[in-house]
Amino acid sequence: MITIREYKKAATLEEAWELNQKRMNRVIGGMLWVKMTKGNVGTVIDLSGLGLDKIEETETEFRIGCMATLRQLEEHPGLAAYSGGAVKEAMRHIVGVQFRNLATVGGSVYGRFGFSDVISVLMVMDAYVEMYKGGIIPLAEFVNMPYDRDILVRIIIKKNKASFSYQTVRISKTDFPVLTCAAAVTDKDVRIAVGARPGKAMLLIDRQQLAGLPVTAAGAQAFAEYAAQVIPTGNTNRGSAQYRTHLIKVLAQRTVLEAGGKAGC
Amino acid sequence: MKIVNQPLRKKDAMQLVTGQPVYMDDIAPANCLVVKLLRSPHANAIVTSINTAIAAKVPGIEAIYTWEDVDQDARRFTCAGQTYPEPSPYDRLLLDRHVRFVGDPVAIVAGETEKAVDKALSLIKVQYEILEPILDFHQSLDNKILIHPEDNWESLCPVGADNKRNLCAHDECGAGDIEAVLADCDVVIDRVYHTKAVQQTMMETFRTFCTIDTYGRLNVVSSTQIVFHCRRIIANALHIPQTKIRVSKPRIGGGFGAKQTSITEIYPAFVTWMTKKPSKLIFSREESMIASTPRHEMEVHVRVGAMNDGKIRAIDVYTLSNTGAYGEHGPTTVGLSGHKSIPLYRTESYRFVSDVVYTNRMSAGAYRGYGATQGLFAVESAVNELAAKLDIDPIELREMNIAREGDMMPAYYDSWNTSSALDRCLKRVREMSRWDEKYPVRDMGNGKVRSLGIGMSMQGSSIPFVDVGSATLKVNDDGFYTLIIGSADMGTGCDTVLAQIAAEVLECEYDDVTVFGADTDVSPYDSGSYASSTTYLTGKAVEICAQKLRGKICALGAQLLGCSADEVVFDGRCVTRTQPAADGKNSIALADIATASMCGNSVALEETVTKSSPVSPPPYMVGVAEVEVDLLTGQAEVIEFNAVVDCGTPINPNLARVQAEGGILQGIGMALMENITYTPEGRVVENSLMQYKIPSRVDIGHIHVEFESSYEGTGPFGAKSIGEVVINTPGPAIAHAIYNATGHRYYELPITPEQIVMPEK
Amino acid sequence: MLINIVLNGKKITREIEPDLLLIDFVRKEGCFSVKRGCETSNCGLCTVFLNDKPVLSCSLLAARADGQQVTTLEGLQEEAAEFGAFIADQGAEQCGFCNPGFIMNALALFRENPEPGEEEIKEYLAGNLCRCSGYEGQLRGILNFLAWKKDKKRGVSL
Repeated sequence: MITIREYKKAATLEEAWELNQKRMNRVIGGMLWVKMTKGNVGTVIDLSGLGLDKIEETETEFRIGCMATLRQLEEHPGLAAYSGGAVKEAMRHIVGVQFRNLATVGGSVYGRFGFSDVISVLMVMDAYVEMYKGGIIPLAEFVNMPYDRDILVRIIIKKNKASFSYQTVRISKTDFPVLTCAAAVTDKDVRIAVGARPGKAMLLIDRQQLAGLPVTAAGAQAFAEYAAQVIPTGNTNRGSAQYRTHLIKVLAQRTVLEAGGKAGC
Repeated sequence: MKIVNQPLRKKDAMQLVTGQPVYMDDIAPANCLVVKLLRSPHANAIVTSINTAIAAKVPGIEAIYTWEDVDQDARRFTCAGQTYPEPSPYDRLLLDRHVRFVGDPVAIVAGETEKAVDKALSLIKVQYEILEPILDFHQSLDNKILIHPEDNWESLCPVGADNKRNLCAHDECGAGDIEAVLADCDVVIDRVYHTKAVQQTMMETFRTFCTIDTYGRLNVVSSTQIVFHCRRIIANALHIPQTKIRVSKPRIGGGFGAKQTSITEIYPAFVTWMTKKPSKLIFSREESMIASTPRHEMEVHVRVGAMNDGKIRAIDVYTLSNTGAYGEHGPTTVGLSGHKSIPLYRTESYRFVSDVVYTNRMSAGAYRGYGATQGLFAVESAVNELAAKLDIDPIELREMNIAREGDMMPAYYDSWNTSSALDRCLKRVREMSRWDEKYPVRDMGNGKVRSLGIGMSMQGSSIPFVDVGSATLKVNDDGFYTLIIGSADMGTGCDTVLAQIAAEVLECEYDDVTVFGADTDVSPYDSGSYASSTTYLTGKAVEICAQKLRGKICALGAQLLGCSADEVVFDGRCVTRTQPAADGKNSIALADIATASMCGNSVALEETVTKSSPVSPPPYMVGVAEVEVDLLTGQAEVIEFNAVVDCGTPINPNLARVQAEGGILQGIGMALMENITYTPEGRVVENSLMQYKIPSRVDIGHIHVEFESSYEGTGPFGAKSIGEVVINTPGPAIAHAIYNATGHRYYELPITPEQIVMPEK
Repeated sequence: MLINIVLNGKKITREIEPDLLLIDFVRKEGCFSVKRGCETSNCGLCTVFLNDKPVLSCSLLAARADGQQVTTLEGLQEEAAEFGAFIADQGAEQCGFCNPGFIMNALALFRENPEPGEEEIKEYLAGNLCRCSGYEGQLRGILNFLAWKKDKKRGVSL
């Protein structure tokens, strides 16, 4: 656990951003990850007073405040309907309900961790990160950006005609995933995001239209095999690169087929 | 039986479910010094210099101790909770200049607040001479690197230990000509099995607080299973007399054997003894994962020889056990790998040889099963492989070969099988698991298959000729009883079970028996709660004690009625004359006897019984796992686990059932998800609950437990033990099920999804 | 810094250090039912309610609970005893160390979903680890409790 010299509940985003420019200071989301780190923090900046814990839904998009919890995401009926249950599936294996009542979307996305189910599922959606100073950035671009001292304000998901699916392989049900795979079948293309490779989620769009549209079983298989060839994997104590590559073949095929099935309904 | 064999609520049940403050850290004095340990980052090293000057200046720091405060040439000791003289080598010092595993303590820091202590820890400067470690237990024996080269290393018992060979114990035994019989068999299954240093992972980590009492003695309150052994261990570690030490235990948040070793006690004991201030040490979860007392890593080489008709004729076991940096339970656990596996079967010949070696890893210790778990994984897996080879149903093969009630068991210390319902367990589990319908495998049609696998288990009931169980019972004012015991309820409910036994014999209400738990100043001597001894041995002591107390009650009652003791009977409420009296005083109530005992009386209404047993009747168990395997991802899940237990008479069926369910799930964790890996430098990677995954409730379908009870005449009301036998069936059963699902055999636990998909790796 | 918390219905004001965790705050206030079991937010032993939500008190700064309501088992004794009796009748409260967190989270579940199915129960409580009981006895206790509650509501006496 870190030591903290001062706690500040920011009254405005500008105040939060100002404080965050100092090297000794840190923004905390749910603090679940930060709590496991060591070291001295000057001022810990709490964003929970800024009303950023809401999920707003309009005709065209979802606007998810950075302080919205993973549990809120999991339970939101609009997201459930739009994602066909994929968002809930991405959340429900993360440790436990009490954990998800604290973990924030902002913290999960800002962290850009390889194991993140949150990033994996958002990656196949038309998702954007809104940074306080940096503006609106596509998620696929954001995950490859280095950490900076900007503040993540909200996640935006633009609604499209699309069906989604999410599956993971885990050694035990509440563990980190060995591999994550999200799939989206839109009226234009098929795309997957593979995470916990162990690297960060990587978006792969089926530009060669291997999967077919509508998706066929053989097509899903073909796209999955292609994905396994081009998406790099690595070794960790939970699994080897070889195993992960094999899993890409399996999960990509299954999620693309499942999303394709939903699209067909 | 009115109270025994009843599912009564535990005596502490409502206190626990309403969250009352009954654990160590709830009752520790608020002004305890916080004690923490600085630990070695190296697997094998000598501390060449240690500078605590700056750390000592941190405000609030009371004391810092290093190896320089500990006489390195003084007599060493063991932390293992075993009857003295311990088979465990005396190979420890309170702080040793030579550190032998990543995590071995280097300094003790005591301060007023946790923050001050953490700061001081970070300011201690240590220089190490790094030595080459032995991390692979195959390389230990006769390695030129010696883990315990010191002259004051000692082995008190002839266990075949030799520190100059890195050998902690060696043993050989057998009957018949094993090679000749094996050579004569039609089939020999010859395999090597490997299990890892898995962790008990009880929810309450290790912790102790100490104070100095009214008499200037060291008062130790610890989350421990072994109060009496701790008293001796602390005396040895601090080189002070045992009479200066009192050890007692509060409610314990789980042990499973982890707390059968003194893990934390000696450090705050030292601090409090030196400073005369209260102190406490609470291990973090990380410390509980890297510097605790896990199961012994074992490699078990099994040869099972049989004829084509299924007759098993010979079993040969060689176990290589890794005791880690300190001997602790090394010499004693290894024996069960053979002696609690081979005797499941009738054989013409058997052999069991074992070696226990030191390595530069955290010292292993006692974990439920205590060697039987590792041996049974091996032997039962081999028998399952034999069944497949002979094309005989695995249940039938066992029914053909199991030892039965009335058999002599050469591999079980040449003792008689006096109670066994193992045959009924096999029969019943077949029905429960719908074996005939589901064995071996069914294709579910969605890329998944469901398969069955089976394993048997046996254990012991106390250590014969060694374990001591005792009970003191006394009658109080009002005619209620106090039962004073020295065994430790660590959540198992032994307080309750022992009270049930007492109440049954005394013919009183269960609530009329108050239980006072383990305290070395007050309790009659008891080895402690381990070796599955509490119900069987301490329970027998309670039963006999209650019988004797009835005698005393009758004696005083008769005296008060003016007749002799053989002219009265006691029904739990009154002492009554068998023949009516002339003066009409025919009966006297227990409460009145108790009152009379407090005035002009010389008959103590109190009794103490101490019991040891020459036998250790095995409980038995059979478990069948139904596993669903996703053949493409390799994910395996236990859909259902069916088990039948013969623990003799279950004194409390609820508690017996929950013990079985809990032990089964621990076994499932060991089989599928609890993995231990190390960095090249010897550091444990799985040092948190984030990395070391014990089963959550979504990791299991359903567990069904039933009882088929034999009646063990030497046990209280026919009871045997249940505490450990319950963890041993899932390992072999799940490995067997996965074989039936995939066609691949696994000789190591855990079996991970990757191994299921890519078995050749 | 100064914080105001309503702890089990009682309004308290305390001077705290900014890095004080809620678990240590409540234990210092005598709420010993709240237990610590790990450092990685995995075990669920420390579950308390923040306003009406079950959260991990080991991972929450006490400062963040300023102006909020915190409830521990000490503040839910009647509910705990009523539900806990069903766990006790199974013998499923073995060492008891996981019980306060488990019961807090179970009470949260019942409030959110008064008639959960078996899978819903298991999933809601997935973050409450137990090493003693194998979870099966706890599930029996929960199902019996729910059946009893349902009968009570219908006016059926047992």
